[in-house]
Amino acid sequence: MKKWFPKILVGVFALWILVGIRAPKPKDDFNLAGFGRLPVLLNGRVQPMDSVARNALLNMSGKSVVRTDEGTISATEWLIEAMSNSEKADTRKVFRAQHPDLEALLGTEVAQLEYYSFNQVTNHLEEIEKQARNVAKSEDGKKDVARLRTPFQKDLMHFYDSLILYHRIKSSLGPVDTKDFVHELSRYKETIAPGLGALQASEAGEEFEQTDLQVIAAFFRRYQEVARFAYPLAVPPMPNQARDQWINVGDSLMQSMRTDSIHPAVTHLAQITTAYAKKQPAEFNKAVANYRIWLQSSQLAPELKKGTEEFFFNQLQPFYKAMVIYVAALLLGCAFWLNLSEWVRRSAFALLGLAFVIHTVGLIFRMYLEGRPPVTNLYSSAIFVGWGAVILGMILEKIFKGGIGLVAAAFVGFVTQIIAHHLSMSGDTMEMLQAVLDTNIWLATHVVIITAGYSAMFLAGLLAIIYVIRGFFTKTLAPETAKALARMVYGITCFATLFSFVGTILGGIWADQSWGRFWGWDPKENGALLIVIWCAIVLHARWGGLIKERGLMTMTIFGNIITSFSWFGVNMLGIGLHSYGFMDKASFWLITFIISQLAIMGLAMLPPRFWASFKNQGPTNPPSSPKGKAPQPAAA
Amino acid sequence: MTNRVFKLFSSLQLTVVLLSCALVLVFVGTMAQVKLGLYVAQEEYFRSIFVYWQPNGVSWKIPVLPGGWLLGGLLLVNLLAAHVKRFQISKKKIGIFLIHGGLIFLLLGQFFTEVFQVESNLRLEEGQTRNYSENARLHEVAIIDVSNPDRDEVVAIPESLIAKTQEIRHAKLPFTIRVKEYFENSRPAGPMVEGKKMQAAGATDQFSEVPLVATMDEKNVPSALLELTTESGKVGEWVASLWQNEAHQFEFDGRTYNLLLRPTRYYKPYTIKLLDFRHDVYPGTTKPSNFSSKIHLSDPTRGEERDVLIRMNEPLRHAGETYFQASFDPTNDKVTILQVVRNPAAITPYVSCILMGLGLLVQFLMHLIGFAQKRKNQIAPRRDDPRKTTSTALAAGERNS
Repeated sequence: MKKWFPKILVGVFALWILVGIRAPKPKDDFNLAGFGRLPVLLNGRVQPMDSVARNALLNMSGKSVVRTDEGTISATEWLIEAMSNSEKADTRKVFRAQHPDLEALLGTEVAQLEYYSFNQVTNHLEEIEKQARNVAKSEDGKKDVARLRTPFQKDLMHFYDSLILYHRIKSSLGPVDTKDFVHELSRYKETIAPGLGALQASEAGEEFEQTDLQVIAAFFRRYQEVARFAYPLAVPPMPNQARDQWINVGDSLMQSMRTDSIHPAVTHLAQITTAYAKKQPAEFNKAVANYRIWLQSSQLAPELKKGTEEFFFNQLQPFYKAMVIYVAALLLGCAFWLNLSEWVRRSAFALLGLAFVIHTVGLIFRMYLEGRPPVTNLYSSAIFVGWGAVILGMILEKIFKGGIGLVAAAFVGFVTQIIAHHLSMSGDTMEMLQAVLDTNIWLATHVVIITAGYSAMFLAGLLAIIYVIRGFFTKTLAPETAKALARMVYGITCFATLFSFVGTILGGIWADQSWGRFWGWDPKENGALLIVIWCAIVLHARWGGLIKERGLMTMTIFGNIITSFSWFGVNMLGIGLHSYGFMDKASFWLITFIISQLAIMGLAMLPPRFWASFKNQGPTNPPSSPKGKAPQPAAA
Repeated sequence: MTNRVFKLFSSLQLTVVLLSCALVLVFVGTMAQVKLGLYVAQEEYFRSIFVYWQPNGVSWKIPVLPGGWLLGGLLLVNLLAAHVKRFQISKKKIGIFLIHGGLIFLLLGQFFTEVFQVESNLRLEEGQTRNYSENARLHEVAIIDVSNPDRDEVVAIPESLIAKTQEIRHAKLPFTIRVKEYFENSRPAGPMVEGKKMQAAGATDQFSEVPLVATMDEKNVPSALLELTTESGKVGEWVASLWQNEAHQFEFDGRTYNLLLRPTRYYKPYTIKLLDFRHDVYPGTTKPSNFSSKIHLSDPTRGEERDVLIRMNEPLRHAGETYFQASFDPTNDKVTILQVVRNPAAITPYVSCILMGLGLLVQFLMHLIGFAQKRKNQIAPRRDDPRKTTSTALAAGERNS
């Protein structure tokens, strides 16, 4: 049993991953997956409907599925409901109000009702809009306003923006109030020619049919509204157009007035939404299949492929799965510290390995989808910091055993995935890059190496925390363990120094190559420099014998603060070339993190007699290496 | 005594203290940028001997932290002294030696960069040709003899001289310039503008002195009241200001002169003409995907006549200067703004990078190999009893499993 346990465990989790790969079953016979794979253009990039749905939902409700009374429905299903103006869409609780004042504004009868459906707020739309206008008016012409809003204003504006986004989604494939868009389109097509004839006649002062003009004018207003609000650009370019010339359905319908023909994609999409609205699964599936065939034959095979691949990636959820398995590995690792059975450690390590594999698969898949190196924004930096720390932790575990590297790796892996998840709520995680960052060579070198430096800093910091927590609160920090931890921390700090330094210098060279200056004291540059200086201080203090084991640990924990400032803090300052990843909610967490680190440093600085592991060793034997003697060979 | 000083300067303790100061300096210097803007924060924190603290509303200030110059200098002395004292070149220390050698080179290189680097802007509209770039922060008073239709004779007086001198003579000018008033930042005078008004009777443009600004997107706009005189009397009196678009023209001694206050110009022996400026966005968004300027470079001294595409991350390097795509004019999509940088010490970071990178690599590998060998020796003899290997002992601590 003990021998087989790790294998069984890995098998169970691997099975769980594999189950996720299968395409979801048709629901009520509707091939929703087929619809979810269809490509559209949003945020400057081609993506599947499923990504549009997930990102919109994450933004509105903080979740990527919708909970209903009959169970959860997928993002894609919610999207097709909204796009086909099914009545159900307005009953889905996707609008989130968190602030009590906003809930009061919405006249909530049930206390603490966090999520609202569109139907529940229709009576309050005017009031919400009025309030939102007030906020916008008070901010008119001011810079950097989002930061100065009160919590109520933030929540209100988010709610308002969510309502607008919902309206835009509903307008994406046709007017919001249409019930049979296929029928409407055929009527529209019939009216174009007589309508335009009437228009020309009226301009020329000739006689014309008044109703023809009125009908076409009504269509014009109707589709102008669609053109204004439609969310993704759903109509692909024709073979003779440039690849990125996607337009929205409304614009395409307006163009039809000139060309007297309706774009085939608009017709196909209308068939899809109409079939869904009329609850005709067979028609729906046929329409989806027909649209795919049309895309294929219109030289849009690469876009179709992109949609299918990204849909698969969304389905796989590699980072979420890695996160769950990291937690399992972490728990097993902690269990090992309690009962010390080797098979528990082996199981934990096997799980860590599995999580790392799926994490890596996700990382590479993302790189493939984006055609970019792994780190392109804050979200992906969190994914990568975790990945780097897990590698380092696994290496430590291989060398030292003892479960320390294992627990540290699983912990950093887990926490960075959580951070990434929260960062993903701000929108599309595969967003296009600002022109200035559009260079794969520097993204692949400077950014990756700097981020690997963060990994090492956090791993060293976590090892130091393990040292302090185990040493202070438990008796398990034996001198050998303490010494091993000190060597790990020292080694990883050296590694962090190397990476941070090389990464910083490469950043300077990028700047010199691109802007003609090596160093510009930009906040993010300074943040990287702070890490390098701090590493230099720690190492020199260690070599000079100014600090010993506990000193090293205390300083390494402070390294966590410096790294978090460099990673997130400087982005919050909102200045300089690197302020691409400004966040708001994160400041609270950053401050909390810094306070926690300071608290642990405070513990670490208490004399050994307060430490559970050290107090019985007598005052003459605090765990430290002899003064001035370096813990590593060949150090100055 | 000298011995003790030397000991202090070569000590590792000093290194740690200096590095700690550097840590604090970089941190506060970064935070200060929020309030002061990038440029002023740089001047006060990094290009200074001391960082001063001045409470609100008092005239005195006290130094609280060594500034960038002082810290860099002290670190350099510390490094050099430590090397003299401790480091003989040996195989074992080659990594350390390379790292610190590279660091010395980097510090010196950055010092030279700070001193000698000149940054300026080149603003071009499509079809326009220029043979100079302009400094975004420094200004000059230019007096131009335009009598010769083929060639202008320019005398440019830097703002710094105008600010502190009352009388300026120049061999090429037949008159003396008297600075009667000078405002480093000014606004056209009006009922809404507070501040001292310029005492220029009869001038069409009136300006008031306003407080200096420091942030990235605000600029000081200087104005000066200038009087030109000769021994035989007054030539005239003009208000020159960056607010004005036109130069003042006057006649003297049969020659025609233009007088104006303008951004400091750097003339070049070549010209640059903007052929096409592109500002592309990603489809369906306002996010820029590409900025690029197609220019024609014409340099008779080097015999170069060519078109160049300057894009993000792909600058033009010519005659010791780097032209990179810096900005655009939001009001005119035919205008490009290129940043022009002249840095004679540009090569130093590359050299020091190679030195330090090599050093770190050597050091890291030596540690790794040493560590691996040590572990091999530790583990090998005990292989027969796995319960007693370091690993189990580590995990178990004092307890038995």
